[in-house]
Amino acid sequence: MATNRDQTLIPKLFRLEYSKMTAVLCSHFGLGNIAVAEDIVSETFLKATELWASNVLPENPTAWLYTVARNKAKDYLKRNAIFEAQVKIEIKPEERENDWDFNEESISDSQLAMIFAVCNPGNSTEAQICLALQILCGFSIEEIADAFLSKKETIKKRLFRAKNVLRQDNFQIRTLQEAGISSRLDAVLKTLYLLFNEGYFSKSNDQLIRRELCSEAIRLALILTENTWTNVPKTNALLALMCFQSSRLAARADDSGATILYEQQDKGLWSQELIDKGNYYLVNACSGTEVSKYHLEAGIAYWHTPPTDQHKWDHILKLYNQLILMEYSPVTALNRAFAFAKVYGNEKGIRETEKLQLKDSAEYHALLAYLHTNTAADKAIDLYQKAIDLTKSLPEKKTLRREMENLIKKLNDNEY
Amino acid sequence: MKEFLLIFRLSTASSQKPSPEQIQERMNWLAGIAAQNKLADKGNTLSTLHAKTVMPDNVVTDGPYAEIKEFISGYIIVKTDTIEEAVEFAKGNPIFKMGGNIEVREVL
Repeated sequence: MATNRDQTLIPKLFRLEYSKMTAVLCSHFGLGNIAVAEDIVSETFLKATELWASNVLPENPTAWLYTVARNKAKDYLKRNAIFEAQVKIEIKPEERENDWDFNEESISDSQLAMIFAVCNPGNSTEAQICLALQILCGFSIEEIADAFLSKKETIKKRLFRAKNVLRQDNFQIRTLQEAGISSRLDAVLKTLYLLFNEGYFSKSNDQLIRRELCSEAIRLALILTENTWTNVPKTNALLALMCFQSSRLAARADDSGATILYEQQDKGLWSQELIDKGNYYLVNACSGTEVSKYHLEAGIAYWHTPPTDQHKWDHILKLYNQLILMEYSPVTALNRAFAFAKVYGNEKGIRETEKLQLKDSAEYHALLAYLHTNTAADKAIDLYQKAIDLTKSLPEKKTLRREMENLIKKLNDNEY
Repeated sequence: MKEFLLIFRLSTASSQKPSPEQIQERMNWLAGIAAQNKLADKGNTLSTLHAKTVMPDNVVTDGPYAEIKEFISGYIIVKTDTIEEAVEFAKGNPIFKMGGNIEVREVL
């Protein structure tokens, strides 16, 4: 008799199944009743926690969860008077009689629909990411708060407001049609892009959470490539970008969580498997004439993957030129200036960077510090200090401090 | 912020195709303005081959207006506080190496 000795089973199942079950239930209840779907799923897990702690584990825990959720949903429909009054008219009788399906097809359809429902442009981007993390990825409020370095209360409030927006939205997740898909695909891709970046450039010191954010973004993007309507070039470009960036995740942080700069990374830790996947999706992305910002960013990430290439920075600068013309952002402007310095030398790079006048940005001072390192170490140290004072990210502070200390040490060594 | 139209003119004599280096130089210049968030419109390059000039009395001639020995090759719109700043941007453009010039006009 196997008892539930594995304390990690339920958290694992929760992460895997929460979003699937909520998605399927929502496709029946409608988005307006997302709270009902979430309650049923939570109750199901509560029941599992209670039963499995003292009793024998079911042979197939996942199937057990689906059965319980299905029964709870049916019970809910039977007894709930509010539902009868408000939602009945929207659901045809024969559909209500239908079994609640948790087969693979209905899960993946429901999840796709859910992705589109959650990525609502009416919500702020931060709220969209929070929602995606909770509803699509099964993150707890605590974990979300961790990822954002925010208080639990703040996240709760943000989610509450965001769900209100969803409720007022007329988006029909049951009847996801081509027109609805293409008009909202950009918002969906942007949310996944931000979700991934939140992990890749996270403020959080927690390596595990950062990695999970990235892999969840990839999992959701993969769902998009499995549907003909959403498997378009820009989706593939975004996925390629995520694969290329992820290939360096292991090499990017040291044990203390500080970021290791690209040039100092152990290239042996890069994942060739993910680079190959990136290449695969990048080829798929180039099947049309469209060039999205994800194409350009994937192209830039691609040029970072070969260990050496003589003209690599020329290519990267060209892509950054296109990217900044497509959409201005301070980050792109700074990255472009870095590439400019790589092609034309630090002196011209400094001039190009100073034109940006991003005096409130830690990255701006850090880049100038880097470019001054070999010619004006004193100035570089001052600039590093400015960057350290400006950044709020702890891993970033560590990285900058390390660079600054190395420079001070070098300076002192030269004097004696 | 005001907007200024930069009109690029080339003389008919120097209409040879730009080299990859010249294109790269021009792109760097344009992206450099965009990187300062001061590009309002990246504009367009204008064809000299597919060009006609329409004049009074249904007179249509091929090509850009040929009485003066230069033609407009393209335009962009920048957003700056002053016309002097827009002029500074214009000064950095590689068109002068090809014998061209740039007219700066405030958009009203």
